Amino acid sequence: MADQADFAAEAMQYAPQLFSGALRMTRNRSDAEDLVQETYLKGYRSFHTFTEGTNLRAWLFRIMTNTYINSYRAKQRRPDETELGDFEDLYLYKHLSTLQATGLGRSAEESLMEMLPDAEVKQALEDLPDNFRLPVILADVEGFSYKEIAEMLDIPIGTVMSRLHRGRKAMQKALHDFALQRGLVSEKS
Amino acid sequence: MNDDITTTDCNVADDVVPDCKETIRELDIFLDGEISAAHSEAIRAHLDGCMDCLGAFDFHAELKAVIATKCNNDEMPPDLLRRIERCFATDFDGDGRIG
Repeated sequence: MADQADFAAEAMQYAPQLFSGALRMTRNRSDAEDLVQETYLKGYRSFHTFTEGTNLRAWLFRIMTNTYINSYRAKQRRPDETELGDFEDLYLYKHLSTLQATGLGRSAEESLMEMLPDAEVKQALEDLPDNFRLPVILADVEGFSYKEIAEMLDIPIGTVMSRLHRGRKAMQKALHDFALQRGLVSEKS
Repeated sequence: MNDDITTTDCNVADDVVPDCKETIRELDIFLDGEISAAHSEAIRAHLDGCMDCLGAFDFHAELKAVIATKCNNDEMPPDLLRRIERCFATDFDGDGRIG
């Protein structure tokens, strides 16, 4: 049984990751601060249920994800957007050649790190509907396994995989659209 | 870039090696580290002989790293940690909120 007295020493190191995750979930700094704070208070209170030697970071993210789903999602009063356009596989990869023609594509030396501004990557993720955004945050930003994500979201692993696949494609479509807008150039068909 | 990457013939002779379509279908679980060791070897064998698929895999590996980096670099409010730790010492009614 984990000792509550050790909680701060063991758990506070994950605060920056939790805060970024909370921002991507709530899309709002003030809600993100509240969500992280609530996560830590719940974690502190129930630390006796944490099994020592297991993954504390995953345990905290599970608390945060549940808290977000149960209170913040409801509070945001967004419709439960389950619909997402279906885009072709390898969307961004395939469309980069078009971007290259506009001068926005990357040259051989230019990395995606330089080509995609931070704000656009964050926006593309935050614009995904919840059902797709949470799996993408947990997998691509936080690096959790399909099994961990399935447990956090209480959905089957197959559902995690299909939502990740569709969410990622939609995010790539958004990144491509942002790049086109930035260049104020219309895509040649 | 070949638009028809999923059906390109890569001339991979060994019949245990997956074709392009099968390889691209496994892209997610391969890059997510969720693929079995044996299956991973088969995918690698295909990638060794197919520049089209290798290009797609490299691109998505890079994109995944870029997303992880750019979506995880937000500066925390400087007083947030202090506020949270102060709450640990404060008794609260058990609803997860201060007070």
